Amino acid sequence: MSEIIIDPVTRIEGHSRISIQLDDRGQVVDAHFHVTQFRGFERISQGRPFHEMPALMARICGICPVSHLIASAKACEEVMGVSIPPVAVRLRRVMNLAQIVQSHALSFFHLSSPDLLLGFDADPAGRNFLGVAEAAPQLALDGVAIRKFGQQIIERLGGKRIHPGWIVPGGVSHPLEAEQRDEILAGIPEALERVRRTLSWYKANVAGWADEAAVFANFPTLYMGLVHDDGNIGYTDGDMRVIDGTGKILADHRDPKPYWDYLGESVEPWSYLKSTYWKDLGYPEGLYRVGPLARLNVIDQFGTAEADDELGQYRDRLGRYPASSFYYHHARLLEMLDCIHSIAANLSDPGILDKRVRAVAEPNRSEGVGVSEAPRGTLLHHYRVDENGQVEWANLIIATGHNNLAMNRGVLEVARKYVHGTQIPEGMLNRVEAVIRCFDPCLSCSTHAIGEMPLKLQLLAADGQILDELAR
Amino acid sequence: MTKASLATVWLDGCSGCHMSFLDMDGRLLDIAGRANIVYSPLVDVKEFPQNVDVTLVEGAVSSEDDLEKIKMVRSRTKILVSLGDCAVTSNVPGMRNPYGPAQLLQRAYIENVTINAQLPGPLVPKLLAQSRPVHKYVDVDVFLPGCPPTADQIFWVVDELLAGRIPDTTTMSRFGT
Repeated sequence: MSEIIIDPVTRIEGHSRISIQLDDRGQVVDAHFHVTQFRGFERISQGRPFHEMPALMARICGICPVSHLIASAKACEEVMGVSIPPVAVRLRRVMNLAQIVQSHALSFFHLSSPDLLLGFDADPAGRNFLGVAEAAPQLALDGVAIRKFGQQIIERLGGKRIHPGWIVPGGVSHPLEAEQRDEILAGIPEALERVRRTLSWYKANVAGWADEAAVFANFPTLYMGLVHDDGNIGYTDGDMRVIDGTGKILADHRDPKPYWDYLGESVEPWSYLKSTYWKDLGYPEGLYRVGPLARLNVIDQFGTAEADDELGQYRDRLGRYPASSFYYHHARLLEMLDCIHSIAANLSDPGILDKRVRAVAEPNRSEGVGVSEAPRGTLLHHYRVDENGQVEWANLIIATGHNNLAMNRGVLEVARKYVHGTQIPEGMLNRVEAVIRCFDPCLSCSTHAIGEMPLKLQLLAADGQILDELAR
Repeated sequence: MTKASLATVWLDGCSGCHMSFLDMDGRLLDIAGRANIVYSPLVDVKEFPQNVDVTLVEGAVSSEDDLEKIKMVRSRTKILVSLGDCAVTSNVPGMRNPYGPAQLLQRAYIENVTINAQLPGPLVPKLLAQSRPVHKYVDVDVFLPGCPPTADQIFWVVDELLAGRIPDTTTMSRFGT
């Protein structure tokens, strides 16, 4: 019996390591994905005034603070017992869409495109975003520009790019001005052009990644995401839909509130990241996925014409319910296209400059649950408050936790395919990490770095003798 | 003259400071032209190298891993910059200090679970009794507060350091914003 440790996993958003257990013949028997950071937000929020929660919860994650702001504000609005002004609903949507664009750009271009462009077996010394900038300058520039497009929208709406204080319990803190709206709208055509160019590049090259697509967490699971009544994607204010791997709807337009009736949480002794499972199927069989791949499986359509045309092509090629997590990449590109169109549509609404953007109330209920899609999947915030509005208890279910069981199984699947015996090819290691990158896990959100950190790997025999060693 | 070397590391933070670093957008390529980014999100490295000219550190020191890493980074770095409020004051990670790690772990892994309630370990790093700022453990040369500091502020600090000057950050950013 021996064990391979990949520590830390690189080019993902967080601190983690992977361990792979081998039997005496060098065959993989098990594998685990370990998340190694923990901050304890569920405890430190205790005693805070509820209206402070969105700003505090944003600090869970610097990549997707907007989704935490929204889920948290929605939980607070249940506590207040208010419905927020329609323009605030729309403005929050715009900010969440912009965040999905920038976060997807980071995942696709900065973190994963080195594998896709330069190859999973490329020399690790140059297998990074600067290597992409040298080999394909247009691809890298598109990545920087698309990310900037999303971040600038967040700044124009909220005053700063990261942790904007603009989303508050009751709505947003100030209305949109015509000048900002027009600046954002002026950037739409160029952003669309850059996404279209990237999508064409992806589609022209996807056949070359068939081996990876075949084994990158490729198994049917349940899928969860937010949809609107008309079946359109509902990133910010849709209702929950859960389907199985054949598309059968297990729950539809479900109020997230009694999530504890259908979602269970389990602790794995090897990780600070808890695993969520669908209670009807039990643990660990009730594994499900969230995020772009899952969202595209649960929705009927996006609701914007160009993205729906692309979605039709995606489904023609991959089937109605693609199961390989490799296609998170493709799904991410389609969502970027949809989000940009949707930003334009929301900003073109005649009421978008309305000045009444916030409802005000004291706490009127003792409990609230808020839900939103983050770039990497569904977020749930659940608070209980006392009569003064102080938080007594909080529970958070984060996108990456929903995906934890599937990521672990994906690591095992890829390790079984690529790891054999006592020799460790570097490309194997990179593929084991790359399956994790497909999910774009947000480990701050469960615990986050965008890390290209060192990797050291030792293959030890049962007696502790080093059989093989690799570092980069 | 050889190019300067620049590194960024992340301890117990939310990655927001690294996002703000990326928010330099096109100026990142300008910096990459003037300094070798020897350890950061954007480059593959074997391990944290020796004799790094400038290292930006995001996050507080909260676990045994963080502590081991920051000591190693300090020993190999000429100018260490505490980047953002978590590195400078321990900020949000430090909010746990009145309770201690046991209560945090109890809430997350014993109370708020459906099955398999247990404390993770030993394959995850042990939490320190307190989450502390970077300068509680190692010498820090430059402090840049902010949650996060803006891309303009980060660019100015890096630009000054690469020009061989120690920037005076006392009036350029403030805590929380």
